[in-house]
Amino acid sequence: MGVMAREASPPRGRVTVRTAIEVSRLRKSYGDVVAVDDLSFSVAAGEVFALLGPNGAGKSTTINILCTLAGSTGGRATVAGFDVATQPHAIRRRIGLVFQQPTLDEQLTAQENLHLHAVMYHMPRRIRAQRIDHVLELVGLEDRRNDLVATFSGGMARRLEIARGMLHSPELLFLDEPTVGLDPQTRTLIWQELLAMRAAANLTVLFTTHHMHEAEIADRIAIIDHGRIAAIGTPGELKTSITADTITLRTRNDAAALDALQAAGYHATLGAAGILIETTNPDAEVGRAVEAIGGGVEFVQIHRCSLDDVFLHYTGRQIREPAAEAHSEIGRAWVRRR
Amino acid sequence: MGPATLMTTMNPTVAPMADEVGTYGDQLRVAAAVWHRELLRYRRTKTRILTGLVQPLLFLLVFGFGLNDLIGINGGFDFKKFMFPGVIGMSVVSTAIFSAISIVWDREFGFLREMLVAPVQRSAIVWGKIAGGATIATLQGCLMLALAPLIDIRLTVVAVVEVVAIAALMAVALTAFGVFVGSRLRRIEGFQIVMQVALLPMLFLAGLMFPLGNLPSWLTVLTRLDPLTYVIAPLRDVIFDAQHMPPAAIARFPAAITIFGHRLSNSTDLAVVSFFTVLFIVLAVRGFSRTE
Repeated sequence: MGVMAREASPPRGRVTVRTAIEVSRLRKSYGDVVAVDDLSFSVAAGEVFALLGPNGAGKSTTINILCTLAGSTGGRATVAGFDVATQPHAIRRRIGLVFQQPTLDEQLTAQENLHLHAVMYHMPRRIRAQRIDHVLELVGLEDRRNDLVATFSGGMARRLEIARGMLHSPELLFLDEPTVGLDPQTRTLIWQELLAMRAAANLTVLFTTHHMHEAEIADRIAIIDHGRIAAIGTPGELKTSITADTITLRTRNDAAALDALQAAGYHATLGAAGILIETTNPDAEVGRAVEAIGGGVEFVQIHRCSLDDVFLHYTGRQIREPAAEAHSEIGRAWVRRR
Repeated sequence: MGPATLMTTMNPTVAPMADEVGTYGDQLRVAAAVWHRELLRYRRTKTRILTGLVQPLLFLLVFGFGLNDLIGINGGFDFKKFMFPGVIGMSVVSTAIFSAISIVWDREFGFLREMLVAPVQRSAIVWGKIAGGATIATLQGCLMLALAPLIDIRLTVVAVVEVVAIAALMAVALTAFGVFVGSRLRRIEGFQIVMQVALLPMLFLAGLMFPLGNLPSWLTVLTRLDPLTYVIAPLRDVIFDAQHMPPAAIARFPAAITIFGHRLSNSTDLAVVSFFTVLFIVLAVRGFSRTE
């Protein structure tokens, strides 16, 4: 016993960044179809981490494996220090989940849905009511608690699902396309609520998305394509990892202007759109570049590198914009529920 | 202590317990919560209560009254009265299967996922579902007892208690059967097919509308293979017991079933039903545990 106790006690006085998720060479195939192919990444505790990729890239499969809903066919993954393959229940107690499709019982009230969840997650009776009040307040649904979920809008239902995911005070929150099919205002509201929760609860958040703007909320992004990680880093790192921002110029005499710019040390090329200058700081450089040309400038445009460019760079294609498709999918789900 | 020590030494962050599904008390609370949910949903869908009543009532009125004159009256006992226990059984069967099939709805509407990712044993959810469906089916079946005066059926306290007990056993068996089928079905359309090809024949073969005495041998075999036969017979027996049936009526409408000339007692019938109940529960738990 003495030996065990000594070895079991964690090291003291040392600051360590705890790993919330560790994925190592993860693989999942359905017959010949490989959904996840040799995936490795890790997420630190307290981090907001995005899996960005088009539909069918393997995001949902990855999230399903991590929350123990699906098994893997190779590799290893731990969540909150537990192995997804051998300790699913330990993980389930510590994570909150918000799925792509609605998973509420619409014939129950908001309160009843939350209560059922509280019991299923073994929350002690004395804290149930208090936690339910708390999460309803977090998502601003206190006054709708006794209404049937069937009467909720898509945005309200989604917020209730987030509240439910937070009910049992999880260490990690998994969100699979949390704002798909929602209008921009609701989307913004949901993220405000989520980030506030994360700050208050020191929550680790992993979410999937195919929206660039949404991914930019994350501390770090993994771009996934064809079941593999194409790139990983902070939004800033990803942007600076590919070519810098550009200034486009058109002048009365492009050839002369190009010579002048190159003489001044600019990395400038002549393209169909005009003269292209690559620079890390277009705001500061644009004035000096125009000065170097010495007159005759007719058009100036600054292009800042966006995540779209990053995605295009690493995957060789534009992310598909499946907004309309996603809308109709959710729409169908809601229509069927009536 | 051995394995726990090993694990703790290997990885200090991992709790000694290998996995955490909660205590037995926790599992029981989960089952109770699932049970409660079924009742809440039942209370809120008036159409379900109504359809559960209308179909057996229709059978009783259309066939009971329709065929009554054709079959004739034997010492004050008629075909309507003969059909009554079967109609109670029918009400229990259809309600039980309908409640169990909510698993397929849960899958379609996503709620099943919420239950499947919870840190609970799947069997706790299955027990809750079975208890919920069975409660509803028993209630619905016993509601049919209110029709007794309408067709001049006499009810004693003993008969009512026995009917409730048999209906409850039957409800558990059929809800378990429904949960098992439901755990295997992906879409609600599949359920309608199961209803058509399995449930209606099973109801008819159980002697819902005719005595199982003098049938052609092929039909006799089929009726004896039908699990429902063994629950309709005791149900009929306890209700007939409360009537003052003349010998002619008893001969015409025997409640008990015979196998190779051997008359089965109620307790034998109920033993058969109990066997199927256990079998269906095992199948339901197994079917549901494999659901992904």
